[in-house]
Amino acid sequence: MSTTQFLFSGFGGQGILFAGKFMVYKGMMEGRQVSWLPSYGPEMRGGTASCSVIVGDEPVGSPIVTHPDVLVAMNLPSFDRYEPAVVPGGMVFLDSTLIGRAPARSDVTVYAVPATQMASDNGIPTLANMIIVGKILRVLGQDGKADVEAALKKVISAKHADMLDANLRALQLGANA
Amino acid sequence: MIVFQKPKSLADVPLHYCPGCTHGIVHRLVAEVIDELGIEGRTIGIAPVGCSVMAYDYFNCDMIEAAHGRAPAVATGVKRADPEHHIVFTYQGDGDLASIGMAETVHAAARNENITVIFINNAIYGMTGGQMAPTSLPGQVTQTSPYGRDVKQCGYPVKVCEMLAELEGPEYLERVTVNSVKNVKNAKKAIKKAFQNQLDGKGFSLVEVLSSCPTNWGMTPQKALQWIDEKMIPYYPLGVYKDRSAGTEVSK
Amino acid sequence: MSEKVLMKGNEAIAEAAILAGCRHYFGYPITPQTEIAAYMAKRMPKIGGTFLQAESEIAAINMVYGVSAAGKRVMTSSSSPGISLKGEGISYLAGADLPALVVNVQRGGPGLGGIQPSQSDYFQATRGGGHGDYHMIVLAPASVQEMAEFTVRGFELADQYRMTAMILADGTMGQMMEPVSLDLHVAPMPEKPWATTGTRMQRPHNIVNSLYLVPEVLERSNFERYERYRTVEENETMYESYRMEDAEICIAAFGIAARVSKNAINAARAEGIRVGMIRPQTLWPFPSAPFRAAADRVRCMISVELSMGQMIEDVRLAAECRVPVYLCNRVGGMIPEPEQILAAIREAAKTGGNKQ
Repeated sequence: MSTTQFLFSGFGGQGILFAGKFMVYKGMMEGRQVSWLPSYGPEMRGGTASCSVIVGDEPVGSPIVTHPDVLVAMNLPSFDRYEPAVVPGGMVFLDSTLIGRAPARSDVTVYAVPATQMASDNGIPTLANMIIVGKILRVLGQDGKADVEAALKKVISAKHADMLDANLRALQLGANA
Repeated sequence: MIVFQKPKSLADVPLHYCPGCTHGIVHRLVAEVIDELGIEGRTIGIAPVGCSVMAYDYFNCDMIEAAHGRAPAVATGVKRADPEHHIVFTYQGDGDLASIGMAETVHAAARNENITVIFINNAIYGMTGGQMAPTSLPGQVTQTSPYGRDVKQCGYPVKVCEMLAELEGPEYLERVTVNSVKNVKNAKKAIKKAFQNQLDGKGFSLVEVLSSCPTNWGMTPQKALQWIDEKMIPYYPLGVYKDRSAGTEVSK
Repeated sequence: MSEKVLMKGNEAIAEAAILAGCRHYFGYPITPQTEIAAYMAKRMPKIGGTFLQAESEIAAINMVYGVSAAGKRVMTSSSSPGISLKGEGISYLAGADLPALVVNVQRGGPGLGGIQPSQSDYFQATRGGGHGDYHMIVLAPASVQEMAEFTVRGFELADQYRMTAMILADGTMGQMMEPVSLDLHVAPMPEKPWATTGTRMQRPHNIVNSLYLVPEVLERSNFERYERYRTVEENETMYESYRMEDAEICIAAFGIAARVSKNAINAARAEGIRVGMIRPQTLWPFPSAPFRAAADRVRCMISVELSMGQMIEDVRLAAECRVPVYLCNRVGGMIPEPEQILAAIREAAKTGGNKQ
């Protein structure tokens, strides 16, 4: 795939923007063309949150992802809203703890990960997002450890540097889920 | 022996003010203070919109003409561009300072912006030909209050010193007038203090000068000076409203 | 080339401004440009600069006027409704020939409008926005890299021509993150002998002023200003030409609309439609010459805008009625999808114009 368009979606507080930023940093550090565009405004304050992420080998045209190759849905409203938009043959990663229904689409590959439950069970309740990301990296065959750790260091602010290990563990949990 | 001469920081040009107007006196006092403090070379004055709009031609220091009411904001910019070197004053009338520029006035005071504000209160819009000002007295006849200022319809005058004195920010607020030799001397003392405060880094210092407008008040210059005593001072009492360093918060 | 960093467009503007030597920022909170103020609030105190949250947009632009009068690089930023409030101050800056940088991260209007991206302040920006005869130099970035580069360029042009330069961005450009190189070349600031910095008793007093009560004098000041504007038009027009070599259809778009248009152009090219784009990087001065030249070669033009059709007027003026110019737009905070633009291109390929 020369260009992958990701759409990360969920509700505010789930680390949607953070997960997207991680993917972008990782892409940038691999020397690829990237862009990241968040939804902004009142949406950020408790409602739905989403961000468009593009990683490719060509300069990015529009940074707006309306038809994702990869959809991450971390709650039901997001899944309801964006499932129809996924390109045929695309992938959907969903948090099955919070999304009870079965996918309506049969032309996409769905990976259901009980991320919120796993995060809670493993004492990292804020990192369901990175469990999903771990799954994505494994499926896309992109979980080479060096890049991943370097990208994490970029995206985790200095204030939360102690969270690096927990994030790595979340990625590992997701990869094996 | 020279007994009288123009202050050096006052330009040697004819002023455009009407006969009997007190702007000339206040210009001179500001210039004398600038001379005495030896600060002409580092002073930047901000002229308003109103009768004193062309004050930029009358002072020999660097001058800036501001949009109507915005002089305190412009002064804030100039001061902060070089706080150690720049001495900044605004010279504003009542419409400029207390009506259209009220927000800029209040917030510069609240920030205790280290500037000097000379506020000319003559209870009327002079330049546009005598309309009601935010400081026009109750009952005062103007072009836009031809039956006298009706407080039921258009509210009460704004007492700037009293209002700003309620803020924690400002350093120094005093109301003076220039209708007698004694009062002129007092006014100069206040203006000098307002500049000295800035030199000392004390902050926002405002001197309100009750002034006359014989032309738009429809009076002889002499009668206008009396009117300040009879009508304005009772409504706008003279005095120090705030002098933080001296421990005077309000002395009405 | 230095290492690239990942930054939001708004942050890139703020950091580039600091690199350009700007040490004074005044603003008032408004979405979607608040990151600029937040960035400045954090950085300025650490580098001896001034960040001041003003009581209003009006006060902020007048603080800019004060710092600029004192000869220093200074900026403010806002979004559409706030820019309207700054209109008065921008007119005074023009009248007093003061340099300044104003950033407008546009949102949908009119009125309070919305907070989503828009390009509907095109008229306001390119025609001046306030009262009187004047122009601003209007720069329209289409990437985070350009947000940074045009900020530096804006300060340089503002100083060189004693004008306000405006960065006309939109919510998308402000909010998106892309890798950006901050290895920016900054030209030295020109001398400003006109600045009011205190005479130091070594020169006659300077006056910064926009009042000229003698009509002959005011007329002369306007004529002289427009002479300067002509030099700007001759020397400072910037645009990008994209796949125009053999194009039969010419897209006109700037900012985010140009980004989306590139997707549509590439999709149309894949279908065999020869389409390209002229992307103005300066909206004033407008790159009329390349549009005029294209008008002799293409069958038609399509102006893609996040407005009800504002730039299209300049495109039509430049094309001198030689080809039809169509509008493809979304407004109110909506952004056209590549499919909508592609459909417009297909339609134009079928029916647009009759040259060949």
